[in-house]
Amino acid sequence: MALAEETAIELGTMPEAAEALAEIRAMVQPCIQCGTCTGSCPNEFAMDLTPRHMWRLVLLGRTEDVLASRTFSLCSACYMCTLRCPRGLPLTEAIGRLKQLAAPRHLPHLRSGDLFYRNFIDSVRRHGRVREMEFMSLYFAQMMNPWLPLRYAGMGMRLMRRGKVALQLPSRGSGRLAKLFEKVAEMENRP
Amino acid sequence: MKYLYYPGCSLEGTAREYDSSTRAFMTAMGADLTEIEGWTCCGASAAEAVSELLTLVLPARNLALAEAMKPSGRDILVPCSACYLNLKRVEEKTRVSHALRDRINEALAADGLAYQGRTRTRHLLDVVSRDLGAAAVARHLVRPLTGIRVAPYYGCQCLRPYAVFDDPESPRSMEPLIAAAGADLHPWTMGAKCCGASHMNTKMEVGLKLVGAILEAARGADAVVTVCPMCQMNLEAYQRQVARQSGTDCTMTILYLPQLLGLAIGLSPEALRLDLNLAVTGAFLEKLQHTATAA
Repeated sequence: MALAEETAIELGTMPEAAEALAEIRAMVQPCIQCGTCTGSCPNEFAMDLTPRHMWRLVLLGRTEDVLASRTFSLCSACYMCTLRCPRGLPLTEAIGRLKQLAAPRHLPHLRSGDLFYRNFIDSVRRHGRVREMEFMSLYFAQMMNPWLPLRYAGMGMRLMRRGKVALQLPSRGSGRLAKLFEKVAEMENRP
Repeated sequence: MKYLYYPGCSLEGTAREYDSSTRAFMTAMGADLTEIEGWTCCGASAAEAVSELLTLVLPARNLALAEAMKPSGRDILVPCSACYLNLKRVEEKTRVSHALRDRINEALAADGLAYQGRTRTRHLLDVVSRDLGAAAVARHLVRPLTGIRVAPYYGCQCLRPYAVFDDPESPRSMEPLIAAAGADLHPWTMGAKCCGASHMNTKMEVGLKLVGAILEAARGADAVVTVCPMCQMNLEAYQRQVARQSGTDCTMTILYLPQLLGLAIGLSPEALRLDLNLAVTGAFLEKLQHTATAA
Protein backbone atom coordinates (compact mmCIF):
# COMPACT_ATOMS: atom_id res chain seq x y z
CA MET A 1 0.00 0.00 0.00
CA ALA A 2 2.80 2.38 0.89
CA LEU A 3 3.65 3.22 -2.70
CA ALA A 4 0.07 4.00 -3.67
CA GLU A 5 -0.42 6.18 -0.60
CA GLU A 6 2.74 8.17 -1.24
CA THR A 7 1.70 9.03 -4.76
CA ALA A 8 -1.92 9.53 -3.70
CA ILE A 9 -3.42 8.20 -6.90
CA GLU A 10 -7.15 8.15 -7.44
CA LEU A 11 -7.71 4.80 -9.04
CA GLY A 12 -11.47 5.02 -9.47
CA THR A 13 -12.99 1.68 -10.37
CA MET A 14 -10.66 -0.57 -8.42
CA PRO A 15 -12.77 -3.75 -8.37
CA GLU A 16 -12.72 -3.76 -12.17
CA ALA A 17 -8.97 -3.17 -12.16
CA ALA A 18 -8.47 -6.01 -9.69
CA GLU A 19 -10.41 -8.32 -12.01
CA ALA A 20 -8.29 -7.38 -15.00
CA LEU A 21 -5.13 -7.75 -12.94
CA ALA A 22 -6.19 -11.30 -12.06
CA GLU A 23 -6.01 -12.17 -15.77
CA ILE A 24 -2.52 -10.71 -16.00
CA ARG A 25 -1.54 -12.56 -12.83
CA ALA A 26 -2.53 -15.83 -14.47
CA MET A 27 -0.12 -15.04 -17.34
CA VAL A 28 2.84 -14.76 -14.93
CA GLN A 29 1.72 -17.25 -12.26
CA PRO A 30 4.71 -19.62 -12.73
CA CYS A 31 7.21 -16.78 -12.03
CA ILE A 32 10.02 -17.99 -9.75
CA GLN A 33 11.34 -14.47 -8.96
CA CYS A 34 14.76 -15.22 -10.43
CA GLY A 35 15.28 -11.64 -11.64
CA THR A 36 16.39 -12.53 -15.18
CA CYS A 37 13.84 -9.98 -16.44
CA THR A 38 15.42 -7.22 -14.35
CA GLY A 39 18.91 -8.17 -15.50
CA SER A 40 17.78 -8.15 -19.16
CA CYS A 41 15.82 -4.88 -19.17
CA PRO A 42 17.49 -1.93 -20.95
CA ASN A 43 15.22 0.58 -19.16
CA GLU A 44 15.51 -0.79 -15.64
CA PHE A 45 17.83 2.09 -14.62
CA ALA A 46 14.91 4.52 -14.97
CA MET A 47 12.25 2.42 -13.20
CA ASP A 48 10.96 2.93 -9.67
CA LEU A 49 10.29 -0.82 -9.24
CA THR A 50 12.51 -3.42 -10.87
CA PRO A 51 10.58 -5.70 -13.27
CA ARG A 52 11.01 -8.64 -10.87
CA HIS A 53 9.60 -6.58 -8.00
CA MET A 54 6.65 -5.45 -10.14
CA TRP A 55 5.81 -9.04 -11.11
CA ARG A 56 5.87 -9.98 -7.41
CA LEU A 57 3.29 -7.24 -6.70
CA VAL A 58 1.18 -8.50 -9.61
CA LEU A 59 1.29 -12.00 -8.12
CA LEU A 60 0.24 -10.60 -4.76
CA GLY A 61 -2.69 -8.80 -6.38
CA ARG A 62 -1.49 -5.37 -5.21
CA THR A 63 -3.22 -3.48 -8.03
CA GLU A 64 -2.75 0.02 -6.57
CA ASP A 65 0.99 -0.39 -6.14
CA VAL A 66 1.44 -1.78 -9.66
CA LEU A 67 -0.55 1.05 -11.27
CA ALA A 68 1.21 3.66 -9.12
CA SER A 69 4.60 2.66 -10.52
CA ARG A 70 6.09 3.88 -13.80
CA THR A 71 7.77 0.53 -14.43
CA PHE A 72 5.39 -0.93 -17.02
CA SER A 73 5.18 2.40 -18.87
CA LEU A 74 8.97 2.31 -19.30
CA CYS A 75 8.87 -0.95 -21.27
CA SER A 76 10.05 -0.31 -24.84
CA ALA A 77 8.95 -3.78 -26.02
CA CYS A 78 12.46 -5.08 -26.81
CA TYR A 79 11.32 -8.61 -25.78
CA MET A 80 14.65 -9.44 -24.13
CA CYS A 81 12.97 -10.54 -20.87
CA THR A 82 10.44 -12.62 -22.83
CA LEU A 83 13.29 -14.27 -24.72
CA ARG A 84 15.31 -15.06 -21.61
CA CYS A 85 12.64 -15.88 -19.01
CA PRO A 86 13.52 -19.41 -17.81
CA ARG A 87 9.81 -20.09 -17.25
CA GLY A 88 8.96 -19.02 -20.79
CA LEU A 89 6.43 -16.40 -19.62
CA PRO A 90 4.97 -13.83 -22.06
CA LEU A 91 6.29 -10.91 -20.00
CA THR A 92 6.27 -8.20 -22.69
CA GLU A 93 2.72 -9.14 -23.63
CA ALA A 94 1.69 -9.01 -19.96
CA ILE A 95 3.22 -5.51 -19.77
CA GLY A 96 1.03 -4.57 -22.74
CA ARG A 97 -2.00 -5.69 -20.72
CA LEU A 98 -0.88 -3.51 -17.81
CA LYS A 99 -0.64 -0.54 -20.20
CA GLN A 100 -4.18 -1.31 -21.42
CA LEU A 101 -5.39 -1.55 -17.82
CA ALA A 102 -3.88 1.85 -16.96
CA ALA A 103 -4.83 3.74 -20.17
CA PRO A 104 -8.54 4.45 -19.46
CA ARG A 105 -7.69 5.59 -15.91
CA HIS A 106 -5.63 8.57 -17.15
CA LEU A 107 -3.11 8.32 -14.31
CA PRO A 108 -1.20 11.60 -13.93
CA HIS A 109 2.24 9.99 -13.68
CA LEU A 110 1.68 8.25 -17.03
CA ARG A 111 0.34 11.34 -18.83
CA SER A 112 2.97 11.75 -21.57
CA GLY A 113 2.63 8.15 -22.78
CA ASP A 114 -1.17 8.29 -22.54
CA LEU A 115 -1.46 11.42 -24.66
CA PHE A 116 1.15 10.25 -27.17
CA TYR A 117 -0.53 6.91 -27.86
CA ARG A 118 -4.08 8.31 -27.78
CA ASN A 119 -3.27 10.98 -30.37
CA PHE A 120 -1.37 8.43 -32.47
CA ILE A 121 -4.25 5.98 -32.58
CA ASP A 122 -6.81 8.77 -33.19
CA SER A 123 -4.83 9.78 -36.23
CA VAL A 124 -4.97 6.17 -37.45
CA ARG A 125 -8.74 6.03 -36.91
CA ARG A 126 -9.23 9.23 -38.92
CA HIS A 127 -6.89 8.58 -41.85
CA GLY A 128 -6.21 4.85 -41.83
CA ARG A 129 -2.53 5.74 -41.67
CA VAL A 130 -0.74 7.76 -39.05
CA ARG A 131 0.08 11.36 -39.95
CA GLU A 132 3.24 12.01 -37.98
CA MET A 133 3.17 15.82 -37.96
CA GLU A 134 -0.53 16.04 -37.14
CA PHE A 135 -0.47 13.72 -34.15
CA MET A 136 2.77 15.15 -32.75
CA SER A 137 1.26 18.69 -32.91
CA LEU A 138 -1.84 17.52 -31.04
CA TYR A 139 0.36 15.69 -28.52
CA PHE A 140 2.45 18.81 -27.87
CA ALA A 141 -0.67 20.98 -27.55
CA GLN A 142 -2.24 18.64 -24.99
CA MET A 143 0.94 18.26 -22.96
CA MET A 144 0.70 22.04 -22.32
CA ASN A 145 4.43 22.34 -21.72
CA PRO A 146 5.76 25.26 -23.80
CA TRP A 147 9.34 23.94 -23.62
CA LEU A 148 8.57 20.44 -24.89
CA PRO A 149 8.17 21.24 -28.63
CA LEU A 150 11.50 23.09 -28.53
CA ARG A 151 13.31 19.82 -27.84
CA TYR A 152 12.01 18.54 -31.19
CA ALA A 153 12.04 21.82 -33.15
CA GLY A 154 15.46 21.27 -34.76
CA MET A 155 14.52 17.79 -35.89
CA GLY A 156 11.12 19.01 -37.14
CA MET A 157 12.80 21.64 -39.29
CA ARG A 158 15.21 19.09 -40.76
CA LEU A 159 12.31 16.76 -41.57
CA MET A 160 10.30 19.55 -43.20
CA ARG A 161 13.28 20.72 -45.25
CA ARG A 162 13.47 17.22 -46.68
CA GLY A 163 9.75 17.15 -47.35
CA LYS A 164 9.30 14.18 -44.99
CA VAL A 165 6.60 15.85 -42.94
CA ALA A 166 4.33 18.78 -43.73
CA LEU A 167 2.28 21.07 -41.55
CA GLN A 168 -1.27 19.71 -41.61
CA LEU A 169 -4.39 20.93 -39.93
CA PRO A 170 -6.07 18.14 -38.01
CA SER A 171 -8.96 16.95 -40.14
CA ARG A 172 -12.36 16.16 -38.70
CA GLY A 173 -15.02 13.71 -39.76
CA SER A 174 -15.84 10.19 -38.70
CA GLY A 175 -12.70 8.60 -40.09
CA ARG A 176 -11.65 5.90 -42.51
CA LEU A 177 -11.37 3.15 -39.89
CA ALA A 178 -14.25 4.45 -37.72
CA LYS A 179 -16.47 1.40 -38.30
CA LEU A 180 -13.69 -1.02 -37.38
CA PHE A 181 -12.76 0.95 -34.26
CA GLU A 182 -16.42 1.12 -33.17
CA LYS A 183 -16.84 -2.62 -33.64
CA VAL A 184 -13.70 -3.36 -31.60
CA ALA A 185 -14.88 -1.06 -28.80
CA GLU A 186 -18.30 -2.71 -28.80
CA MET A 187 -16.74 -6.20 -28.58
CA GLU A 188 -14.39 -5.16 -25.77
CA ASN A 189 -17.19 -3.58 -23.73
CA ARG A 190 -19.34 -6.69 -23.74
CA PRO A 191 -19.85 -8.04 -20.22
CA MET B 1 10.98 -13.74 -56.64
CA LYS B 2 7.59 -12.09 -56.32
CA TYR B 3 6.47 -10.46 -53.08
CA LEU B 4 3.54 -8.51 -51.75
CA TYR B 5 4.81 -5.29 -50.21
CA TYR B 6 3.62 -3.64 -47.00
CA PRO B 7 5.49 -0.31 -46.65
CA GLY B 8 3.82 0.93 -43.45
CA CYS B 9 3.16 4.56 -42.48
CA SER B 10 6.74 5.64 -41.69
CA LEU B 11 7.91 4.69 -45.16
CA GLU B 12 5.51 7.26 -46.61
CA GLY B 13 6.75 10.00 -44.25
CA THR B 14 9.88 10.18 -42.13
CA ALA B 15 11.41 7.04 -43.68
CA ARG B 16 10.75 7.76 -47.37
CA GLU B 17 14.34 6.88 -48.25
CA TYR B 18 13.84 3.41 -46.74
CA ASP B 19 10.92 2.90 -49.15
CA SER B 20 12.81 4.25 -52.18
CA SER B 21 15.97 2.28 -51.44
CA THR B 22 14.09 -0.96 -50.69
CA ARG B 23 12.21 -0.74 -53.99
CA ALA B 24 15.33 0.26 -55.95
CA PHE B 25 17.57 -2.41 -54.42
CA MET B 26 15.05 -5.26 -54.60
CA THR B 27 14.14 -4.44 -58.21
CA ALA B 28 17.81 -4.28 -59.23
CA MET B 29 18.29 -7.70 -57.62
CA GLY B 30 15.48 -9.12 -59.75
CA ALA B 31 12.65 -9.14 -57.23
CA ASP B 32 9.13 -8.00 -58.00
CA LEU B 33 7.19 -6.04 -55.33
CA THR B 34 3.43 -5.43 -55.46
CA GLU B 35 2.05 -3.05 -52.85
CA ILE B 36 -0.94 -4.36 -50.86
CA GLU B 37 -3.97 -2.46 -52.14
CA GLY B 38 -5.74 -0.33 -49.55
CA TRP B 39 -3.34 -1.10 -46.71
CA THR B 40 -3.74 0.77 -43.42
CA CYS B 41 -1.67 1.29 -40.25
CA CYS B 42 -0.62 -1.86 -38.35
CA GLY B 43 -1.22 -0.16 -34.99
CA ALA B 44 2.50 0.45 -34.37
CA SER B 45 3.29 0.45 -30.64
CA ALA B 46 0.24 2.63 -29.97
CA ALA B 47 -2.51 0.02 -30.33
CA GLU B 48 -0.94 -2.22 -27.68
CA ALA B 49 -1.00 0.66 -25.20
CA VAL B 50 -4.74 1.09 -25.75
CA SER B 51 -6.53 -2.15 -26.66
CA GLU B 52 -5.68 -5.84 -26.90
CA LEU B 53 -8.20 -6.56 -29.65
CA LEU B 54 -7.22 -3.51 -31.72
CA THR B 55 -3.57 -4.69 -31.52
CA LEU B 56 -4.65 -7.78 -33.46
CA VAL B 57 -7.43 -6.37 -35.67
CA LEU B 58 -5.42 -3.53 -37.24
CA PRO B 59 -2.68 -5.81 -38.62
CA ALA B 60 -5.22 -8.55 -39.44
CA ARG B 61 -7.04 -6.09 -41.74
CA ASN B 62 -3.88 -5.87 -43.86
CA LEU B 63 -3.34 -9.63 -43.83
CA ALA B 64 -6.93 -10.08 -45.05
CA LEU B 65 -6.28 -7.61 -47.91
CA ALA B 66 -3.03 -9.39 -48.79
CA GLU B 67 -4.73 -12.77 -48.81
CA ALA B 68 -7.31 -11.55 -51.32
CA MET B 69 -4.66 -10.45 -53.84
CA LYS B 70 -4.06 -12.57 -56.94
CA PRO B 71 -1.99 -14.52 -57.71
CA SER B 72 -1.88 -16.05 -54.25
CA GLY B 73 1.12 -17.62 -52.57
CA ARG B 74 3.35 -14.56 -52.43
CA ASP B 75 5.11 -13.75 -49.13
CA ILE B 76 4.52 -10.31 -47.61
CA LEU B 77 7.73 -8.27 -47.51
CA VAL B 78 7.90 -5.76 -44.63
CA PRO B 79 10.84 -3.37 -44.12
CA CYS B 80 9.69 -1.90 -40.76
CA SER B 81 10.42 -4.11 -37.74
CA ALA B 82 7.41 -2.87 -35.75
CA CYS B 83 5.00 -3.49 -38.65
CA TYR B 84 6.65 -6.88 -39.19
CA LEU B 85 6.10 -7.98 -35.59
CA ASN B 86 2.49 -6.75 -35.53
CA LEU B 87 1.60 -8.66 -38.72
CA LYS B 88 3.59 -11.73 -37.72
CA ARG B 89 2.01 -11.84 -34.24
CA VAL B 90 -1.45 -12.23 -35.80
CA GLU B 91 -0.22 -15.06 -38.03
CA GLU B 92 1.37 -16.88 -35.08
CA LYS B 93 -1.52 -16.40 -32.65
CA THR B 94 -4.30 -17.32 -35.08
CA ARG B 95 -2.40 -20.43 -36.17
CA VAL B 96 -2.74 -21.87 -32.66
CA SER B 97 -6.14 -20.41 -31.78
CA HIS B 98 -9.04 -20.60 -34.18
CA ALA B 99 -11.24 -19.04 -31.49
CA LEU B 100 -9.04 -15.96 -31.67
CA ARG B 101 -9.23 -15.94 -35.47
CA ASP B 102 -13.03 -16.05 -35.24
CA ARG B 103 -12.97 -13.12 -32.80
CA ILE B 104 -10.74 -11.10 -35.14
CA ASN B 105 -12.98 -11.96 -38.07
CA GLU B 106 -16.06 -10.80 -36.20
CA ALA B 107 -14.42 -7.36 -35.98
CA LEU B 108 -13.12 -7.44 -39.59
CA ALA B 109 -16.65 -8.16 -40.84
CA ALA B 110 -17.43 -4.52 -39.99
CA ASP B 111 -15.09 -3.67 -42.88
CA GLY B 112 -16.37 -6.50 -45.09
CA LEU B 113 -13.15 -8.49 -44.67
CA ALA B 114 -12.13 -11.92 -43.41
CA TYR B 115 -8.76 -13.52 -42.64
CA GLN B 116 -8.18 -17.22 -43.34
CA GLY B 117 -4.63 -17.53 -41.98
CA ARG B 118 -2.84 -18.24 -45.25
CA THR B 119 -0.33 -15.38 -45.31
CA ARG B 120 3.40 -15.45 -44.62
CA THR B 121 4.98 -12.22 -43.38
CA ARG B 122 8.74 -11.79 -43.86
CA HIS B 123 11.09 -9.05 -42.68
CA LEU B 124 13.23 -7.36 -45.34
CA LEU B 125 16.43 -8.62 -43.66
CA ASP B 126 15.07 -12.18 -43.76
CA VAL B 127 14.37 -11.88 -47.50
CA VAL B 128 17.66 -10.16 -48.32
CA SER B 129 19.81 -12.53 -46.27
CA ARG B 130 18.07 -15.80 -47.18
CA ASP B 131 16.09 -15.41 -50.43
CA LEU B 132 18.65 -13.20 -52.18
CA GLY B 133 21.72 -14.04 -50.13
CA ALA B 134 25.23 -12.62 -49.92
CA ALA B 135 26.37 -14.55 -53.01
CA ALA B 136 23.82 -12.73 -55.17
CA VAL B 137 24.96 -9.37 -53.80
CA ALA B 138 28.56 -10.36 -54.60
CA ARG B 139 27.51 -11.29 -58.18
CA HIS B 140 25.92 -7.84 -58.64
CA LEU B 141 28.87 -6.00 -57.06
CA VAL B 142 30.11 -3.09 -59.19
CA ARG B 143 31.35 -0.68 -56.53
CA PRO B 144 33.14 -2.53 -53.71
CA LEU B 145 32.83 -0.37 -50.58
CA THR B 146 36.50 -0.90 -49.83
CA GLY B 147 37.75 0.76 -46.66
CA ILE B 148 34.28 1.58 -45.35
CA ARG B 149 33.72 0.15 -41.89
CA VAL B 150 30.11 -0.75 -41.07
CA ALA B 151 28.41 -1.50 -37.73
CA PRO B 152 25.31 -3.69 -38.27
CA TYR B 153 22.40 -2.63 -36.05
CA TYR B 154 19.46 -5.05 -35.92
CA GLY B 155 17.37 -3.63 -33.08
CA CYS B 156 14.70 -5.72 -31.40
CA GLN B 157 11.48 -6.59 -33.13
CA CYS B 158 12.81 -8.26 -36.28
CA LEU B 159 14.62 -10.67 -33.93
CA ARG B 160 12.35 -11.06 -30.91
CA PRO B 161 10.10 -12.59 -29.73
CA TYR B 162 9.91 -14.66 -32.97
CA ALA B 163 13.39 -15.91 -33.86
CA VAL B 164 12.85 -16.64 -37.55
CA PHE B 165 16.06 -16.00 -39.46
CA ASP B 166 18.78 -15.12 -36.97
CA ASP B 167 20.04 -15.56 -33.41
CA PRO B 168 17.76 -13.33 -31.31
CA GLU B 169 20.57 -12.22 -28.96
CA SER B 170 23.71 -12.33 -31.11
CA PRO B 171 22.48 -11.75 -34.66
CA ARG B 172 24.92 -12.09 -37.56
CA SER B 173 22.78 -12.19 -40.71
CA MET B 174 24.05 -8.81 -41.95
CA GLU B 175 27.72 -9.77 -41.74
CA PRO B 176 27.95 -11.81 -44.97
CA LEU B 177 26.01 -9.05 -46.77
CA ILE B 178 28.43 -6.36 -45.56
CA ALA B 179 31.35 -8.54 -46.64
CA ALA B 180 29.73 -9.12 -50.04
CA ALA B 181 29.45 -5.35 -50.45
CA GLY B 182 33.22 -5.15 -50.03
CA ALA B 183 32.93 -3.23 -46.75
CA ASP B 184 34.61 -4.00 -43.43
CA LEU B 185 32.76 -5.12 -40.31
CA HIS B 186 32.87 -3.00 -37.14
CA PRO B 187 32.83 -5.66 -34.44
CA TRP B 188 30.56 -4.75 -31.54
CA THR B 189 27.99 -6.21 -29.16
CA MET B 190 25.28 -3.52 -29.52
CA GLY B 191 23.59 -4.92 -32.63
CA ALA B 192 20.57 -6.36 -30.81
CA LYS B 193 20.29 -3.77 -28.02
CA CYS B 194 17.19 -1.57 -27.75
CA CYS B 195 17.25 2.02 -29.11
CA GLY B 196 14.44 3.08 -26.75
CA ALA B 197 11.75 3.03 -29.46
CA SER B 198 9.06 5.64 -28.74
CA HIS B 199 10.67 6.65 -25.42
CA MET B 200 12.39 9.35 -27.46
CA ASN B 201 8.96 11.02 -27.76
CA THR B 202 7.60 10.47 -24.27
CA LYS B 203 10.66 9.99 -22.03
CA MET B 204 13.52 11.58 -23.92
CA GLU B 205 16.09 11.32 -21.11
CA VAL B 206 15.69 7.51 -21.12
CA GLY B 207 15.88 7.28 -24.91
CA LEU B 208 18.98 9.47 -25.08
CA LYS B 209 20.79 7.16 -22.69
CA LEU B 210 20.13 4.05 -24.78
CA VAL B 211 20.98 5.79 -28.06
CA GLY B 212 24.11 7.28 -26.47
CA ALA B 213 25.42 3.83 -25.53
CA ILE B 214 24.88 2.56 -29.09
CA LEU B 215 26.54 5.56 -30.76
CA GLU B 216 29.43 5.37 -28.28
CA ALA B 217 30.06 1.72 -29.20
CA ALA B 218 29.87 2.59 -32.90
CA ARG B 219 32.87 4.93 -32.65
CA GLY B 220 35.49 3.81 -35.14
CA ALA B 221 32.91 2.76 -37.71
CA ASP B 222 32.17 4.86 -40.81
CA ALA B 223 28.45 4.04 -40.71
CA VAL B 224 25.80 2.22 -38.74
CA VAL B 225 23.32 0.26 -40.83
CA THR B 226 19.70 -0.23 -39.69
CA VAL B 227 16.63 -2.24 -40.77
CA CYS B 228 13.88 -0.28 -38.99
CA PRO B 229 12.60 3.30 -39.40
CA MET B 230 12.30 3.86 -35.66
CA CYS B 231 15.83 2.65 -34.92
CA GLN B 232 17.06 4.81 -37.82
CA MET B 233 15.29 7.94 -36.54
CA ASN B 234 16.50 7.45 -32.97
CA LEU B 235 20.10 6.93 -34.06
CA GLU B 236 20.27 9.74 -36.63
CA ALA B 237 18.06 12.56 -35.28
CA TYR B 238 19.29 13.05 -31.72
CA GLN B 239 23.09 12.97 -32.10
CA ARG B 240 23.41 16.61 -31.00
CA GLN B 241 21.38 16.06 -27.83
CA VAL B 242 23.40 12.94 -27.00
CA ALA B 243 26.63 14.88 -27.50
CA ARG B 244 25.39 17.71 -25.28
CA GLN B 245 24.51 15.22 -22.55
CA SER B 246 27.65 13.09 -22.69
CA GLY B 247 30.11 15.84 -23.63
CA THR B 248 31.62 13.73 -26.42
CA ASP B 249 31.09 14.02 -30.15
CA CYS B 250 29.10 11.12 -31.55
CA THR B 251 28.55 12.24 -35.14
CA MET B 252 27.87 9.09 -37.17
CA THR B 253 26.49 8.23 -40.58
CA ILE B 254 23.31 6.15 -40.25
CA LEU B 255 22.10 4.29 -43.36
CA TYR B 256 19.37 1.81 -44.14
CA LEU B 257 20.67 -1.63 -45.21
CA PRO B 258 19.27 -1.39 -48.79
CA GLN B 259 21.03 1.98 -49.15
CA LEU B 260 24.40 0.44 -48.29
CA LEU B 261 23.88 -2.64 -50.46
CA GLY B 262 22.37 -0.50 -53.22
CA LEU B 263 25.54 1.61 -53.38
CA ALA B 264 27.60 -1.57 -53.68
CA ILE B 265 25.59 -2.88 -56.63
CA GLY B 266 26.02 0.42 -58.42
CA LEU B 267 22.81 2.32 -57.67
CA SER B 268 23.31 6.07 -57.36
CA PRO B 269 23.06 7.97 -54.04
CA GLU B 270 20.20 9.89 -55.71
CA ALA B 271 18.23 6.73 -56.53
CA LEU B 272 18.77 5.54 -52.95
CA ARG B 273 17.71 8.97 -51.63
CA LEU B 274 20.78 9.51 -49.44
CA ASP B 275 19.80 13.21 -49.55
CA LEU B 276 16.86 12.43 -47.24
CA ASN B 277 18.95 10.87 -44.44
CA LEU B 278 19.44 13.08 -41.39
CA ALA B 279 22.97 11.91 -40.62
CA VAL B 280 25.40 11.36 -43.50
CA THR B 281 28.79 12.90 -42.73
CA GLY B 282 31.12 14.65 -45.15
CA ALA B 283 33.82 12.16 -44.21
CA PHE B 284 31.56 9.28 -45.25
CA LEU B 285 30.70 10.87 -48.60
CA GLU B 286 34.39 11.46 -49.23
CA LYS B 287 35.19 7.78 -48.61
CA LEU B 288 32.28 6.84 -50.86
CA GLN B 289 33.62 9.12 -53.59
CA HIS B 290 36.92 7.28 -53.33
CA THR B 291 35.26 3.89 -53.90
CA ALA B 292 33.40 5.34 -56.90
CA THR B 293 36.62 6.48 -58.58
CA ALA B 294 38.34 3.20 -57.76
CA ALA B 295 35.54 1.20 -59.39
